[in-house]
Amino acid sequence: MYRIVERRMIVPNLHEFTVEAPQVTMAVRPGNFVILRSDETGERVPLSVADWDPEAGTVTSIFLQVGGSTAKLARLKAGDSIPTYAGPLGKEAEISNFGTVLCIGGCYGIGSVFPVARALHEAGNTVYTLLEARSQYLLYWQEKFRPISSRVIELTRDGSAGYKGHISRLPEILTLEKIKPDRIIVNGCTFLMMRTSGVTKELGVKTIVNMNPIMIDGTGMCGVCRLTVAGKTKFACVDGPDFDGHEVDWEEFLKRRETYNVEEVQPLRRSGCASHY
Amino acid sequence: MPAKPIDPKKRPMPKQEPFERIKNFDEVALGYTVELAHEEASRCLACKKPRCVEGCPVGIDIPAFIQCMLEADFSGGIKKIKERNALPAVCGRVCPQEEQCEKVCVLGNKHEPIAVGRLERFLADWEAASGAIEKPDIASPNGGRVAIVGSGPAGITVASDLALLGYDVTIFEALHEAGGVLTYGIPEFRLPKAIVRREVEYVKSLGVKLHLDFIVGKTKTVDAFQKEYDAIFIGAGAGLPWFMEIPGENLNGVFSANEYLTRCNLMKGFLFPAYNTPLKRASHVAVFGGGNVAMDAARTALRLGADEVHIVYRRSRSELPARLEEVENAEEEGVIFDYLTLPTKLIGNERGWLTEIECLRMELGEPDESGRRRPVPVKGSEFRMQVDAAVCAIGNSPNPLIPMTTPGLLVGKKGNVVADEETGQTSRERIWAGGDVVTGAATVISAMGAARKAARSINETLSK
Repeated sequence: MYRIVERRMIVPNLHEFTVEAPQVTMAVRPGNFVILRSDETGERVPLSVADWDPEAGTVTSIFLQVGGSTAKLARLKAGDSIPTYAGPLGKEAEISNFGTVLCIGGCYGIGSVFPVARALHEAGNTVYTLLEARSQYLLYWQEKFRPISSRVIELTRDGSAGYKGHISRLPEILTLEKIKPDRIIVNGCTFLMMRTSGVTKELGVKTIVNMNPIMIDGTGMCGVCRLTVAGKTKFACVDGPDFDGHEVDWEEFLKRRETYNVEEVQPLRRSGCASHY
Repeated sequence: MPAKPIDPKKRPMPKQEPFERIKNFDEVALGYTVELAHEEASRCLACKKPRCVEGCPVGIDIPAFIQCMLEADFSGGIKKIKERNALPAVCGRVCPQEEQCEKVCVLGNKHEPIAVGRLERFLADWEAASGAIEKPDIASPNGGRVAIVGSGPAGITVASDLALLGYDVTIFEALHEAGGVLTYGIPEFRLPKAIVRREVEYVKSLGVKLHLDFIVGKTKTVDAFQKEYDAIFIGAGAGLPWFMEIPGENLNGVFSANEYLTRCNLMKGFLFPAYNTPLKRASHVAVFGGGNVAMDAARTALRLGADEVHIVYRRSRSELPARLEEVENAEEEGVIFDYLTLPTKLIGNERGWLTEIECLRMELGEPDESGRRRPVPVKGSEFRMQVDAAVCAIGNSPNPLIPMTTPGLLVGKKGNVVADEETGQTSRERIWAGGDVVTGAATVISAMGAARKAARSINETLSK
């Protein structure tokens, strides 16, 4: 069993989740993920790693509450235990001195892009961070990004913080901020990664995305996480999760992610009350 | 005195009726009663030079345990088996005896061979029911430390063999439950998970430690293990599914057999939503392939409520690699076999869901390198089949995680770890390997046979 050190709602629907798993902290690298189960009947849920503390032996993730399984996770409290917490999984993010790197995070990806930005900063890159959300109240961790970023830029759809609008404004923002990135890294929802890859393709800047498909074992055994990259089938769990965003077949990926949309919310509609199906 | 006439037939195995069993996930074969077991055991000729023992990859003294059964000494019988085999309840159920011990049985020259597997299963189940699980003598600790990667048939066998010799053994398993393919792959109706758990508990009772959720290669590398352990055995299995590499394979509703079976067996998807892992309940299912895994997937689909399940296989019935017993079970249950049929294309709707498969009819040509007649497409024979799920059960490669993270470990063309056939020794010192990670997908018992040889070689090396 793995003890939960903290689980708190950091902004509406997003939870910061810290678990005692010393064996994971020994080997974890930016870009890795873990697989956990909330209880003995739970699904195996993959979560990107957002931070870790080798001394305390703890690993932190940010997750979005979407369906039955994440609702169960969101009910856990510090001191509770979960039966499964396995990792690190996936290839680590490519870290080297690229020059200037723009790290873009949205939703849970603000969390998971953090260790990548930190490692790139430590590797000597000039790191700019762009945090994207629907509104100002959904942004978090700015204070963690500031010390490792030359600038933290915010982009909200309602304009309540930073630039107003969607990631399609990225080329304009880069001009206004006078940033010429050698590489862009995006973590977050599929739409953010797909749209970013769309605009950066025109800019000709290499863009790395951190894919988040459905998974079961996370070790290459089941193949449910397959996606098409540069015309070839890849398994996100062992060949990724980082891929070149310009080579991903986004249309197929979006459809595959929707496979269990109905089943995902089904448990939420079961209250146990006889009159409630 | 005239010799007692030999009964030419095996005692038949009592089974759940097909119309009943396709509605549940309970075990199909119910096992011999004491009477049936005794009758079957009495067919043994007690050969002076028993060929069955040579036919067994782990060399169980088959006539000896059958003799015990004739004397109603069941505890003596199971003890005989356990001298050579730590997993009798599993092997009695899933070993291809017709290819091994029973194939060479002298009775088989004129009649049906003796039902070794069914008798083995009887003794294992008798012991479990009696509640008194006997342990063989364990040697006192010898100080040697061994790490085992994977808790499938190979890993469990090496672990129990070495534990009995006094080694300090730790198994590392990536999933949250031990057993490897016995747990995630083989369905409940063929091998109840309670039995796998029981066998794993037995191995733990020998002093073997088990670490779950530990992905060797990621959580810790094999090289890091070498600093802590005197020997490492890799039994990581064949965990990388093959696809047909035809258009449309990434449509929703197309599964690898590993995914389909894992959702059902390991994650208990057939109990969704009580268990949270969903499993699509399709009405028309096509399973590609003709091995045991294909049979398992097809029979699972039936039990999940499919109206029609097809096995789509490019050769004919006589070339099916599955055990005859499993083919017959599938036929009885109403699985439709489309022989000489090759899927060429998967077709979906605008939402990305599988709706149809396009196939070609085949005919058998000249024998190929496997000795089986090569299927050749019949020109212009394309046709379509309406399905809402397809399961690809055409095989697996060894899992790449360990080769990827272990420099210097020699790997073959298909990603298999190269190991000596007689010793299991790999290209790296103090690292052994066995089972599917070496051979590619094969049988439980062949993995156990390879594991036994590796255990012997590990002991010889460490005793020097």
